[in-house]
Amino acid sequence: MAETKTYREALREGMVFGMEDDENVVLMGEDIGVYGGTHLITDGLYDQYGPKRVMDTPIAEGGFVGAAIGMAMTGMRPIVEMMTWNFSFLASDQIIQNAAKVRYFSGGQVKVPLVIRGPNGGGVQLSAQHTHSLENLYGHFPGLKVVSPVTPNDVKGMMITAIRDDNPVIFLEAGALYGTKGEVGEGDNAVEFGKARIAREGSDVTLIAYGRQVNLCLRAAETLEEEDGVSAEVIDLRSIRPFDEQTIIQSVEKTHRAVAVQEQWKWFGVASEVAAIIQEHAFDSLDAPVMRVSGAEVPAPYARNLELAAFPSEKMVANAARKSLYIEEK
Amino acid sequence: MSEGKKGAVATKEGSERLVELYRKMVLVRAFEDACGRGFRQGKIGGYLHVYTGQEAVATGLLDAYREGDRVITAYRDHAHALLLGATADEVMAELYGKGSGLVKGKGGSMHLFDVDNGLYGGYGIVAGHIPLGVGFAYAQRYTGTDHITQLYLGDGSVNNGAFHEAANLAGLWGKDGMCPCLFVLENNQYGMGTSVGRSTAQEDLAEKFRAHGVEAEKVDGMDLEAMLEAGERLTAQVRETGVPYAIEAMTYRTVPHGAADFFEKYRTKEEVEKWRERDPIGLLEKRLVESGVEEGKLDEYKDEAKEEVQAAVKFADEAEEPDISELYTDVYVGEDEYLGSDNNGGNE
Ligand SMILES: Cc1ncc(C[n+]2csc(CCOP(=O)(O)OP(=O)(O)O)c2C)c(N)n1
Repeated sequence: MAETKTYREALREGMVFGMEDDENVVLMGEDIGVYGGTHLITDGLYDQYGPKRVMDTPIAEGGFVGAAIGMAMTGMRPIVEMMTWNFSFLASDQIIQNAAKVRYFSGGQVKVPLVIRGPNGGGVQLSAQHTHSLENLYGHFPGLKVVSPVTPNDVKGMMITAIRDDNPVIFLEAGALYGTKGEVGEGDNAVEFGKARIAREGSDVTLIAYGRQVNLCLRAAETLEEEDGVSAEVIDLRSIRPFDEQTIIQSVEKTHRAVAVQEQWKWFGVASEVAAIIQEHAFDSLDAPVMRVSGAEVPAPYARNLELAAFPSEKMVANAARKSLYIEEK
Repeated sequence: MSEGKKGAVATKEGSERLVELYRKMVLVRAFEDACGRGFRQGKIGGYLHVYTGQEAVATGLLDAYREGDRVITAYRDHAHALLLGATADEVMAELYGKGSGLVKGKGGSMHLFDVDNGLYGGYGIVAGHIPLGVGFAYAQRYTGTDHITQLYLGDGSVNNGAFHEAANLAGLWGKDGMCPCLFVLENNQYGMGTSVGRSTAQEDLAEKFRAHGVEAEKVDGMDLEAMLEAGERLTAQVRETGVPYAIEAMTYRTVPHGAADFFEKYRTKEEVEKWRERDPIGLLEKRLVESGVEEGKLDEYKDEAKEEVQAAVKFADEAEEPDISELYTDVYVGEDEYLGSDNNGGNE
């Protein structure tokens, strides 16, 4: 049985599932309790579970993320909300230097079953300090798992998996899509990490994305179908680390062309990794260079027109696909 | 709390000065009211944090600003920009995302800069700006000037490491007279929806400065005259000695944290009402009327402020969006050509 729910509701349901399952699961974050949660993800949970399990924290990301790591190392399973991932830079020392590495440098004596979650990316004119996509940053560090669900079903199922995982999981939500709806599996619909999803079948070109860019690719695929008679396959990576190389390679072996799409900056990003993996493993299948579509190489601007120009658009994705097919761009 | 010398209004000169500052405060109030409307109309995007209720703090202290001084604050920064001399047109155009805005439409509400008038920025990351201000102050002393830095911060920021690291540096450098920084902690008692009592065990925030060797005092942030007195006395002292000092201004935002926040589960209507009775503009009005300023005159000033803001809204509304080529400017000094749009696979 699947029911239609918003991304926000599905996410909350995944956390509640974990809290019901294990009393060591607790929630922490700025204004998640009394205030009700800036994005209303934790709405109602403070009343339901009380202040010991739904903990309001001071505005001190390094401190409370570090404390959550300590809690996790000694038996608890905290889920920490970053009000937005932009603020995680203040906690990045704790995440990178402790959460990611302590298992290794303790010779496997400890584990860090921790989830850090919150909205990732930009798009609502928040300008330079509030508009970051951090998948490449955290994806860089061995020891962290990094996931980026885009559908309501995945956000619930991947949250359940994240809570059960004994490793620190960086859970990057499609914040701009909290209100979007989709079918969500009832009960335990856990979604395995490291398995990409074919969001649309196609035969002429593969569009590869994650997070809210998947929707951009789906719309571009429609346009390509209508205007150019091109059949585009869309792959939703879902998970940045672990990374599903096989699904990409198989798709490119079928379509012979690929476009990797990301909101973040082009240089040193996930799309570069996708391109490198394709050329390493499917070079002989390629009929065109792998294209990348990314955000402009500038800190995010505020003005609406500049911001629109700074992010990938459906048109840019469609044109990159056309370029790889050697047909005229529009 | 220091009482503040209530003598200013006794002299004609003092009274004129207060009337001038009254006009500034009502301009700030009218500006913020217009911002709220612009946000609801969808003309202002992103986040919008207004200063309503806190006007006396910056108005009183920035009156002691001298050319060459520097001012830095967080994202609740419209008032600071206006009080330092940016025009309502420039600030509103920025909020409307226009090319003639204070920072060319690139920063929006949270990132106002007006370096010529001493404003070294509004910043969006809580506590992130505090170390910068301490650095400004060191540089002011290092280059042999007697300028100072006014560093504004919120009560929510004092639990963050950046605050403690910066306050420690200030205390340390202050020992050699190398940190002419006046910290202005605007204690409006809430960081978003979390009260001081729920976010910090040491609720006497002035103590947090003292722990790092920075002397501090509390001042009534709703009382313009108290802020004026503290500003005059303490900026002079910091300028003279190069030793940092902190003011904990006790104030209140009588509006929600941000324009997008509708419900305020974390505080009661009664509490907000109680503070509205101590509204800094209302208090000042009472004082001015007592000292013989005609009420009608004050109303005129309010109307003038509204007109000025209305004109700014019109200016902003009609102004042009930034040219699209501005997307790639200001990334590097002198290298605007280097990262042109062709480097990005087609963002033009
Ligand atoms: C590092 C960081 N964490 C969280 C936020 C989100 N946030 C924006 S304003 C705010 C409250 C800050 O309160 P305070 O410092 O008291 O300033 P006030 O808003 O009262 O002026 C929070 C939590 C942020 N901008 N930066």
